Amino acid sequence: MTLLRHLALRLLTTALTLVGLLVICLALLRAVPGGPFDQEKLAPPEVQAALAARYRLDQPFWVQVGDYASAALRGDLGPSFQYADYSVSELIAAAAPITLTLGALAALLSLLLALPTACWLATRAHGLQVASLASLLALAMPKFVLAPLLVLLFALTLGWLPSAGFAWDAPMTWVLPVISLALPQFAVLLRALAENLRAALDSAPAVAAMARGYSQSRVVWRHALPLALAQTLGFLGPVLIALLTGSAIVEIVFSIPGLGRYLVSAALNRDYTLLIGAVLTVAVIVAIVNLAIEALQYLLDPRVRGD
Amino acid sequence: MKLALALRCLAIGLSLGIGLPALAVDAQTLHRGNGPEPDSLDPQRAQGLPAQQVLRDLFEGLMRDDAEGNLVSGAASGVEVDAAGRRYVFTLRPDGRYADGSPVTAADFVYSFERALDPATAAPSSSMLLPIAGAAARLRGEPGALGVRALDDRTLEIRLEAPRSDFLHRLALPIAMPVQRGAIETFGSGFTRPGRLIGNGAYVLSQWTPQAWLELERNPHYRAAGMVAIERVRYHVTEDASSELKRFEAGELHLTETLPPGQLARLRERHADQLVVAPAYATFYLGYNLRQPKLAHATVLREALSLAIDREILVRHITGNGELPAYALIPPSAADAPRMAAAAWSAQQRLERARELYASAGYDPSRPLSIELRYNTSLANRRLGLAVAAMWQEVLGVDTRLRNEEWKVFVQTRRAGAITEVFRGGWFADYADPLNFLEPFTRGNALNAVGYADAEYDALVARAAAGTGLDREQALHEAEQRLLDAHALIPLFHYSSKHLVSRSVCGYRAHPLDHHPSEFLRWCDLSPNRD
Repeated sequence: MTLLRHLALRLLTTALTLVGLLVICLALLRAVPGGPFDQEKLAPPEVQAALAARYRLDQPFWVQVGDYASAALRGDLGPSFQYADYSVSELIAAAAPITLTLGALAALLSLLLALPTACWLATRAHGLQVASLASLLALAMPKFVLAPLLVLLFALTLGWLPSAGFAWDAPMTWVLPVISLALPQFAVLLRALAENLRAALDSAPAVAAMARGYSQSRVVWRHALPLALAQTLGFLGPVLIALLTGSAIVEIVFSIPGLGRYLVSAALNRDYTLLIGAVLTVAVIVAIVNLAIEALQYLLDPRVRGD
Repeated sequence: MKLALALRCLAIGLSLGIGLPALAVDAQTLHRGNGPEPDSLDPQRAQGLPAQQVLRDLFEGLMRDDAEGNLVSGAASGVEVDAAGRRYVFTLRPDGRYADGSPVTAADFVYSFERALDPATAAPSSSMLLPIAGAAARLRGEPGALGVRALDDRTLEIRLEAPRSDFLHRLALPIAMPVQRGAIETFGSGFTRPGRLIGNGAYVLSQWTPQAWLELERNPHYRAAGMVAIERVRYHVTEDASSELKRFEAGELHLTETLPPGQLARLRERHADQLVVAPAYATFYLGYNLRQPKLAHATVLREALSLAIDREILVRHITGNGELPAYALIPPSAADAPRMAAAAWSAQQRLERARELYASAGYDPSRPLSIELRYNTSLANRRLGLAVAAMWQEVLGVDTRLRNEEWKVFVQTRRAGAITEVFRGGWFADYADPLNFLEPFTRGNALNAVGYADAEYDALVARAAAGTGLDREQALHEAEQRLLDAHALIPLFHYSSKHLVSRSVCGYRAHPLDHHPSEFLRWCDLSPNRD
């Protein structure tokens, strides 16, 4: 019951957050100088007026908020300003699965790499220092440096992988973006997991298991790791959010038609509808990830349940 | 060795893990970089250059450019113009067909022109059709006849409000391309999707993944289908020039849309036989805001600032992308083209004259000019701004404040003309006619950000717009010379078009407007005599 009540409360606050975001986005977009139709070669005034009417920019602020909210509830996020042939819903429906897929694969890869590495390091004498150093090195390499380096090595020098582009039927195009996304998050997870594992190995159940003569690997996998994982869930939330909401840098370097690129291009082009649609989509992803993490924490960590 | 093996295993493992085939560049498809995502494939609504590049493959207007930029007949086989220059009668080609096999008719052009001038369409480039009789009223939403009518299925009459010497050039633009009424009435704004977009060009749209690529296939009904050599063309969205270059070097692109700045020298060494750099019909200039008191009646000061900038140094060391130093607004096409008098002087003469003029304008090192140079945020503009400020400081002692603004903000600020002093300007011609450069500087023109107001200049431009032959040429020359003599702007350089073209692609020609329709390209063998 407690969990259900908590979830209901969370859903309510999420809905309020989305409405708040909509109002803030529209207000900021109206306040910022430069409009969506400001171009080097200006359209005639009659055309500008027609465009303003088409996108309801000639309406008062609260009418715009109301119109947008009621249309969004019906799943209609309006037409894109910049890409006139597409509705925002269509653009996001095409982009979000790509971003989510690459993000999920990157999350999986970073976890799969971080888990065994952390287990190995946690049981070594200077393992934590090595984990800190490795994590520092990985974090010190920004994605706009890492991604071109990967392209240089795997696409241009070795010629094994395509340098850019994305296609659902060409998974080789996924490899470099996934690695670029995963490496920084691997660093975050490695350090958190290694530290939590070391602490878990010093916990009473783990020490008791060792006293009973269980092997080190059994103590790590059966006793320490579940506890360490529960404690690392707090780190997993931001990691998942960073990965699942897309990285504009990685998407631009690899020409991936994802959500992260829309956030940047829509802001620069003053594509109000696309920007609001992308922001709301990201907000929904953040809310879902947070909900999922909280539910997992509730299930895995007895302290959260209050047992 | 072990590392290489491990990396190979990782790559193969990841792809096998997903269990699907790898990306392959098939031999039948031409892969082209095309810059940002096209804004629209609706000819009447598209505005950006990436969209226009694709539209020239999908549609053909009454007029068009050939591979080298000459204006030639397109969907029309011929045109007759009356003596007054106000009535044009086009005869459409008998073999003109849309991709669905239906004939291209004069009624299609009437519908397309009416659509372009309907305020509900909100066509950004509709001003290009304003010379047509009744067009301005239509655009204002007022009823009235439009001077376009179909005399029969293959004969189209266009009447102009007044003679207009560049009108045929305008008919080669996407805004004047024919669309099918039925498709638009059935699908609305969604008529541009693959399977629905039916044009009369050399190719037809087969796939479109927004922000990734558009794929076009040869249109078997195209009037010159037999001349189209490449079966399939894929336009890739390439927002980042460095990534585009890597894709070319990895063999994933046959043609790049541009080159990353500052890499021309390296690319000349590395890809000498694949690099194509050609002059473009476009100019970069600094504009003066002539509404500002300190600049308004200060021709001498404006000339001094212009002369103090060494264009040769700018194009050699600052831009370095094959640009040409500019002493005129319009890229010169002949030796007698208008230019600043200083074009014939040595660098030393220019600097000495700049100092003299600066002093006679009432400034000296103890009382230096303080001025703002505003540009839109980009590394290239910043480098250029710093170089200009350094030259002004070095030669004249001018104190320059550099201000950068994000693009949309900059465009708005520049147009408002309230706070700008000197600002970054530039012009990429819509069509290859000097008039297209000169009209934006007439009074009342929305693009006249410098605020140049000269009745004599306006009269010369009007004369050139209405005139023909030598009289027109003379009016164009005098107008440009007058603008240059007034020092309303500082031409810095004429842009270049720059591309990497795979040695497997032939038929590529330099084009002043940088238009390269795919139908002029073909595959070639790798013999050394590539044309």
